Amino acid sequence: MTTTLDAPPPLPQPNMLQSFGQWLRQPGFLTASPVLIFFLIGFVGPLVIVLGFSFVPERTFGFHGDWTVDNYVHIVSESYYISFLWSFGLAAATVACCLLISYPVSYGLARVFGRWAAPVMLILVIPLFVSENVRLFGWYLVLLKGGGILAGSAKALFGVETGTLLYSPGTILMGMVYVYLPYTLFPTMLGLSLVPRDQMDAASDLGANRWQIFREVELPIAMPGILIGSLLTFVLAVGAISEAKLLGGANIVVVAHAILHEFTYAQNWPLGSAISMFAIAITGVLVIIVMRRLDLDRLLGRK
Amino acid sequence: MERRSKRWVNSLIVVWTGAVLLFFFVPIAGVIISSFGKSRYFRFPVRAWSTKWYDQTINANLTENLHVTSFYVAACVAVIALVLGFFGALAFARYDWKGRIFYQRLIMLPIFFPQAVLGLALLLWFTYVGVLPSWEAAVFAHLVWIVPIVTLVISIQVYGFDVSQEEAAFDLGANRFQVFREVTMPALAPGLFSGGLFAFLLSWGNFPLSTYTSGADSTVTEWLYTKMSSGYTPMIPTIGAISVYGSVIILFLGYIFLVARRRRIEKRA
Repeated sequence: MTTTLDAPPPLPQPNMLQSFGQWLRQPGFLTASPVLIFFLIGFVGPLVIVLGFSFVPERTFGFHGDWTVDNYVHIVSESYYISFLWSFGLAAATVACCLLISYPVSYGLARVFGRWAAPVMLILVIPLFVSENVRLFGWYLVLLKGGGILAGSAKALFGVETGTLLYSPGTILMGMVYVYLPYTLFPTMLGLSLVPRDQMDAASDLGANRWQIFREVELPIAMPGILIGSLLTFVLAVGAISEAKLLGGANIVVVAHAILHEFTYAQNWPLGSAISMFAIAITGVLVIIVMRRLDLDRLLGRK
Repeated sequence: MERRSKRWVNSLIVVWTGAVLLFFFVPIAGVIISSFGKSRYFRFPVRAWSTKWYDQTINANLTENLHVTSFYVAACVAVIALVLGFFGALAFARYDWKGRIFYQRLIMLPIFFPQAVLGLALLLWFTYVGVLPSWEAAVFAHLVWIVPIVTLVISIQVYGFDVSQEEAAFDLGANRFQVFREVTMPALAPGLFSGGLFAFLLSWGNFPLSTYTSGADSTVTEWLYTKMSSGYTPMIPTIGAISVYGSVIILFLGYIFLVARRRRIEKRA
């Protein structure tokens, strides 16, 4: 009994409403609110609608209170999985190729080029801002049968007739690597520029060879940048549509094309929504896994 | 020995980068070359050059309509994205607040989202809310993807901003608006500039979001896609080339502006 009397009187606790009010008045939250409101209207709202549409009966265009999972059954039971295999396979291959191609370039930009790095970067940025349709059309001209730049040069210089590389999976892959390379390149460079030179020199002084430095020092520190780049490339590549259409002809139907088809020619919005939700779910899981591992403050250079 | 092998690796990297640059620019060069070809169908090597397709394209009022629509969309996107991204970046990088980490990850999500799916989701949403597809709707769609990117770009500048400058100005008796105008804005100006440039150019080149949301107001990229899917006309390379010139000019002007600004500041210091 005495112990309770000795206990200090409880401090006045702010009730939940008050602390919530305080949280709302933080300058951080206040400045975040315009973007957050926009995010709700522009991103969360549309997603909820797609989710809703994926559960209504086929070929309906509104919500009338009857829900069904038929659309999902439809995807699994019919051959839509082929589109998913194509899209995700091509996206994975794109990421692998982009990493291999961009690593030496990012390394050069971060370490070797010195004051040439800025102009080189500027030149590398240009294609990013030219519409991908224009650039893919450029590849179409390069690879065109007979009069394309490649075939035309071969004929003019060596007098040989060559076929065309157009309309094959390899060419689609090349087009995707071409379009999405900058998205791997720049984050990788950002990651590599975080590696302190002293640390690499120290490792080298302690007798580590090039491969050991790469594996033990460079790669772990640059990893967040590489991860962001790969993730961005992968997600964008999953949603790719022009590459397969313009360079691949009608042979390969990727997921984005299947979705577009359901919404235009087939006029089957619920099925299109269900395919979309499938794609969103798979990429979403990947994004969340990677995001949890990232420290954005450090990556973007907080001091 | 060690130094020799290092030089070897470095020159290999230079050659590799050169090859990547070539890979980047071959198709763009292809578009520009073919836009100056005289014949109706593209054949390489080009036998006769002419600018007649430019004349025709301009006479057909096509460039005007298409490029003007694209320009309106990109300009609106740049302005709105700058305002939203500016506040978004302060919350992202400047203030410490509960929920910041969650906020940082949340607003990144639209970037890591298949764009075609996003465009379609927005179309459904617009239909549901009752907004008709138009170039204004396309502006909104572009913003969903571009605002997070601009926020990131400005954040990088905000991370480098020394907060004590603001506090010093407050101590010297400046009010909130004066501090904002005289201290915060000038310090963040390069980030805001690059953010605006990014927003404009990314919107200018965007296809997947426009195609779902712009309705009858066709942008350059949409027109190209439709024409390319249905066959070749000599106007395709011409319109494409004009859009390339636009991007390159804006990008270079922006770069020169940034470099000149840095020079001026260095001179003053």
